[in-house]
Amino acid sequence: MDRRSFIKSSGAAMAGTAAPMFPLAALAADDIGIGSIHDLSGGLDIYGKPMVDALTFAIEEQNAAGGLLGRKLKLFSYDPQSSMQMYAQFAQQAALKDKVAVVHGGITSASREVIRPVLNKHKALYFYNTQYEGGVCDRGTFSTGVTPAQTVGKLIPYAMKKWGKKIYIVAADYNYGQITSQWVKKFALENGGSIASIDFFPLDVTNFGPTISKIEAAKPDMVVSALVGGAHMSFYRQWAAAGLTKKIPLASTTFAVGNEHIVLSAEEADGFLLSYNYFENIDTPENKAFKARFHKRFGADYPNITELAMGTYQGFKLWAEGVKKAGSVEIGKVTTALESGISINAPSGKVSIDPATHHCILNVSIAEVRNKKLNILQTFQQQSPIDTSAVCNLTRNPKDNQQYVIKA
Amino acid sequence: MDLAIIVLIQVLYAVASLVIISSGLAVIFGMMKVINLAHGEFMMLGAYAVIGSLRLGINLWVAIFIIAPIAVGVVGVVLERLVIRRLYGRMIDTMLATWGLSLLLVGVVTSVAGNTTAGVSAPMGSFSVGAYSVSSYTLVIIGVAVALGLAIRLVLMHTQLGLIARGTMQKPDMANALGISPSLVYSVTFAVGAALSGLAGALLAPLTGVVPTMGGAFVAKAFITVIGGGPAILAGLVSASTLFGAINQLATFATTPVFGEVALLAAAIVMLRMLPQGITGRFFRRSL
Amino acid sequence: MNRFAHSWMSAALVIAIGIVLMLALPGVMDEYSLLQGTIYAVMAILGVSLGFIWGFGGILCFGQAAFFGLGSYTYAVAVINMGDSTVPFILAMAVPALFAAILGYVIFFGRLSDVYMGVITLTVTLILFNLVNSTAGPEWKIGVAPLGGFNGMPGIPTLNYPGKTDQALSPKDLFYVTMVCLLLTYLGLRVLISSKIGRVIIAAKENEQRVLLLGYDARVYKLFSFTLGGGIAGLAGCLFANWGAFTSPTIFGLAQSAQIIIWVIVGGLGTLVGPIVGSVVIQWLTTQIGTQQIFNSNLVLGVILVVFVVLVPRGIVPSLGSALEWLWHKLKSRAAAPGKTKQRSTAAPAVSASSPTTTGLSSTAKTASTINEQTA
Repeated sequence: MDRRSFIKSSGAAMAGTAAPMFPLAALAADDIGIGSIHDLSGGLDIYGKPMVDALTFAIEEQNAAGGLLGRKLKLFSYDPQSSMQMYAQFAQQAALKDKVAVVHGGITSASREVIRPVLNKHKALYFYNTQYEGGVCDRGTFSTGVTPAQTVGKLIPYAMKKWGKKIYIVAADYNYGQITSQWVKKFALENGGSIASIDFFPLDVTNFGPTISKIEAAKPDMVVSALVGGAHMSFYRQWAAAGLTKKIPLASTTFAVGNEHIVLSAEEADGFLLSYNYFENIDTPENKAFKARFHKRFGADYPNITELAMGTYQGFKLWAEGVKKAGSVEIGKVTTALESGISINAPSGKVSIDPATHHCILNVSIAEVRNKKLNILQTFQQQSPIDTSAVCNLTRNPKDNQQYVIKA
Repeated sequence: MDLAIIVLIQVLYAVASLVIISSGLAVIFGMMKVINLAHGEFMMLGAYAVIGSLRLGINLWVAIFIIAPIAVGVVGVVLERLVIRRLYGRMIDTMLATWGLSLLLVGVVTSVAGNTTAGVSAPMGSFSVGAYSVSSYTLVIIGVAVALGLAIRLVLMHTQLGLIARGTMQKPDMANALGISPSLVYSVTFAVGAALSGLAGALLAPLTGVVPTMGGAFVAKAFITVIGGGPAILAGLVSASTLFGAINQLATFATTPVFGEVALLAAAIVMLRMLPQGITGRFFRRSL
Repeated sequence: MNRFAHSWMSAALVIAIGIVLMLALPGVMDEYSLLQGTIYAVMAILGVSLGFIWGFGGILCFGQAAFFGLGSYTYAVAVINMGDSTVPFILAMAVPALFAAILGYVIFFGRLSDVYMGVITLTVTLILFNLVNSTAGPEWKIGVAPLGGFNGMPGIPTLNYPGKTDQALSPKDLFYVTMVCLLLTYLGLRVLISSKIGRVIIAAKENEQRVLLLGYDARVYKLFSFTLGGGIAGLAGCLFANWGAFTSPTIFGLAQSAQIIIWVIVGGLGTLVGPIVGSVVIQWLTTQIGTQQIFNSNLVLGVILVVFVVLVPRGIVPSLGSALEWLWHKLKSRAAAPGKTKQRSTAAPAVSASSPTTTGLSSTAKTASTINEQTA
């Protein structure tokens, strides 16, 4: 190896380091940048893709209506490929290089906790639109997803009234699964129920055979599942293969969010109970109109507009309202505007931001899976995020910045 | 008593699935000393072949036993001709090239099929053992594993094809002198190994979520089983699968699936420390 | 030419370029690019660790990510418990090195060969991943630091000036520290390679039997290089935890190990500069892929890996080096005898008197370049 090749290689290294400085996608002087950090590959892509579709749709809608404050919106979509390092990197890129006005992103709670500090540090507004375990108390973040008090608090009593009191919980082994299972336990005990066992499974486990036998041995009245991701779909498959879908009923806080009800067959999923903010067959004029426009854009055979997709759409709409009220995209002004009581008429009903917690007050429905469709059984209007408001009050402590692990 | 039967069935199922998963890799590694890290993706292709066939209305069993192996076998031949052929004898390089192929296949399937695909549910319902119900499909898996083992032995020991294959693997230049084309034998063997992987994926499709990334969960286990088994194809496959499958499932019953995995991995390390050439490096040396 | 490559001058050149980059870049780059530069440097250190033990020690470790992860977790746990970051920084190198030593003992003194070593290192990294991944419950903590399982450990305090807990390193300072670590690692390894120990290590890779017959215990030397590689990877892990202020089990994963191997292959096995170049190139590529929607990232990475293994097996840096070498010789022979070059090259080897020299030169050049690859 001679002198020249050393220089060449160092030059290559320098060019490699310098190359990112030349932006591939430049922001035109007047455009407003919207950052999207959602997984489009890797195990979480089943959640991420519909969310990015919804955000794209929302931005196109807004641009067709003349943009925001007279300026066009531009989407910067990052695919962190289910890697924590990339989450951090893209959060940095969105805030520092592409200088977006807001970031909508993060799917798992783990990814949110990586993005949040980075965006806080670089003063970028963050909207987390995925349903999660509650407790995030941070003035720079708005969480528009449903939290356990809103969904689990309604789902468990309903299921217990229908099926019985003994519950077996299977949950994904990370903060969402851990905390949600505590909430299930709390609501079960409050309603006179009992917990047979709580089992946790890391996200890549596919072998549920012994677990299923253990569940049978425990003879519960129902199973509550907080399983997450593509690998955990094997649980439902193996559960059905053992014939238990018909024997032991199941309620879930995560099922259908990744379109599991479409991937699985009817026999494998019929009868499951779920509780979310949005279902495609909500019977309101706004929803019908939304679906018509959405299907026009993405095709009539679009599998399902998921809860997370709608969460992203609603999150964007809320932010847009805040910007309009503030008259600017500067984070301080928008935050103040959002805290002044913003609400929108979304396809899922009325959605408002609760100033004290930066979470949302919204409708929650209980639905049943039937023939690959989700049929609404009961709707509860305007549920407040009481789990987070029990520990978090940003009006009184604006400097608060942490996720409270809510003790159930 | 019921629990004992259930545990036995589950253990047999774990062993059987390891046999099925690793068979393709065992054939390719045992015969050609090629470590095919795209093995998991061949399985994934088999699973997708089944789903595609179901969409076209083809019967499930035909799809699993005929279409999936043939489809993946063809893919295997193509990849062997284009890539693997150039790297024979360079074990590490083949490992890396096949790793690249696995990423490529995942990427292609994701781009083509997307992430939300209708899966296939397990056929044949379930049966009860006392208070427990078990999927009848697990018995199918166990049966297929046994049949597979017998078939491999039959083909390799008692057919012309098997004889040619074994001869070429042992001494390619001699086989060449006798008028056999080693490159053709290699292609066929790789195709057979790929077909077996496709069959494995097809068989497991009703029991796991079929997504483009499903291969990753299996390749490590298959890899460890094949290396742990040692140079003899069939004896190594069966012995290693039995050992690891039993340990895995028993540990899972005793604790959680995670510790079941860890137990399998730890057992592999211990075993390799004691038997550096794999199980059939020391025992069953002369067997197939 | 290869004298130069072996000599202190080539090392000095690389160090000089590194220092120039280190001092100049913060001046021209904004905060974002500085952060990018830091992570590239961190990953470069990780790449160099594998490049060293694989290219010079002959050890293909499928689980280098295990030491990386151990380093970052050790740092995180220690700094959350201790407050001041000096001891954690040292622990972050010591613990992975210790682990590597134990693992290395099992592998090398068990006389395991290539493939089996690959399997064992793969298994170890999977075990670690599975174990750390299932520590999500609140009961899993070391001292006061919760391990967090899949969630990882967020909010890790940054390195601070020794003794002064309230003065944490700024991103610019972190960049300097990382670059210094990278340059020191490179320099240290170059010195090691040209020392007697280094020569035995390389010889053990080439022909272990011969080394044994010469009286050196090859296993001890392999253990040494493996441990050293583990420690360097641990250092990279500690710096990673500082860069992102988080760590999570995914860095123990198979995907991370695969990435490191890809960097070394693409950059050039057998060089130290190669893995640095490879890691920067691939990192940059992965980032770019993530920001566009046309090509799936797996697809692109897979194609790159296959292409490199099949067509450019020696990697970027050695191939570039050889290409330049060839060009250099072409230019030199043309400069030495302009116009007569054509006669020399077209004459058949046995006929013309000068041709054997030409062929002799080119063959020496070829062998020289193969030896050269080993030392850069």
